[in-house]
Amino acid sequence: MANLHLPPTLTSLFPDLPRRVEVDAATVAGAIAELEECWPGLRDRLLEPGPCLRPHIHVYVDGERAALESMISDRSRLDVVAAISGG
Amino acid sequence: MARTLLLIGTRKGLFLLESTPKGTDWEVRGPFCESWPVYHAIHDPASGTIFAACASDWHGSAVWRSSDLGESWAFSSEGLGYGDGDSRKVSKISSLAVQRGRVLAGVEAPGIFESRDGGESWSLLSTLSGQPGSEEWDEAANQPPGHLGISALMPDPDDEASFFAIVQGVGAFETPDRGTSWTPRNRGLRADWPRPHAEVGFCVHRLVRAPSDRNRLYQQNHVGVHRSDDGGLSWTEITDGLPSEFGFAAAVHPHDRDTFYVIPLDPGHGRCMPAGHAAVWRTRDAGGSWQQLDRGLPGRHAHLGVLREAMAIDGGDVPHLYFGTSTGQLYASIDEGDSWTEIADHLPTIWSVAVAVAD
Repeated sequence: MANLHLPPTLTSLFPDLPRRVEVDAATVAGAIAELEECWPGLRDRLLEPGPCLRPHIHVYVDGERAALESMISDRSRLDVVAAISGG
Repeated sequence: MARTLLLIGTRKGLFLLESTPKGTDWEVRGPFCESWPVYHAIHDPASGTIFAACASDWHGSAVWRSSDLGESWAFSSEGLGYGDGDSRKVSKISSLAVQRGRVLAGVEAPGIFESRDGGESWSLLSTLSGQPGSEEWDEAANQPPGHLGISALMPDPDDEASFFAIVQGVGAFETPDRGTSWTPRNRGLRADWPRPHAEVGFCVHRLVRAPSDRNRLYQQNHVGVHRSDDGGLSWTEITDGLPSEFGFAAAVHPHDRDTFYVIPLDPGHGRCMPAGHAAVWRTRDAGGSWQQLDRGLPGRHAHLGVLREAMAIDGGDVPHLYFGTSTGQLYASIDEGDSWTEIADHLPTIWSVAVAVAD
């Protein structure tokens, strides 16, 4: 199971969504789809039509900047980051 | 006992203000909506629900709602988008309106969505496709970051199928049939720039209808203040007597169609009250003459801006007025604008002010 770390700006929107979630998926897109099943509406908060990641949402797989199609493994760590922007 | 609440949409969330029982002070609650930027907030008197049009820089746009006057909140963006195959994106939800059991949301890129289940889900109602100028306003290059798209929606209180929509920088349009067909309503307006289409290319900032006469409309335009006596079919400029032709906010008296308020601003990049002197301006004769109302407002070094949805008037026998500033002050008048009192300060940049009367 990959280990997914979520930002507080996201977890505060969904009751019972923890900062760390274990996911069983082959890609970043698959991981987000898995989250959407448990917390409906979450996908819209990370993706915009395309689909693609929202401009200020960054995802890292094992420390490397990733895209939706990026592969993940059972032992991957995923970090979803609400990028520093605005004021 | 009825409660009067002010709904204050700000760059950092929604705030609710409620006057104390003696009416001498105001209790401030918030920020709500997780401090997302709130472009507009309204109260539906039929359902008792507060709706807030929000757009997070990180997490996109959604309409937040509360059915218990702010005690609990939910949000939804289900259906509130143009879809994966469309080049248009919903960058923000700019405007809201309720009309006989449905909620309307105006967005950017310009489009209008509706909800028939109290804000739980949404569907595209209209993009005003085919109207003059629509091809240009759909281009991403014409949608800079601060653009609002559909900057306002104004339902007709007497006709559940009819409402106005403002396309920012283009003009006002009216539909008689729930958004199926549209007609530009800009005849007689002024524009100080080239326009490729005769009927559009006007910068309507704020459009209001007199509750006492459905045919009496006013607008604060980028260039001038204008009045319509025929429901928007034609417009007459009434700017003479004001210190500036530019402004955003406007309000019309609930019982007297000839009494109307604006807040003139310098038209340059500052867009603040002229000469640092805070004032609201009122006409009692439908724009024939204007009075400066500044008692209680700061008279020096008051570089206050007031945006298009940031002034509101209630429906009382002697109506109360409220306006909020881009620097977080909120002012109220209980004597039709003759004098003003600051009722809140240190709020984030205020984008909208609405009055709700709830049980």
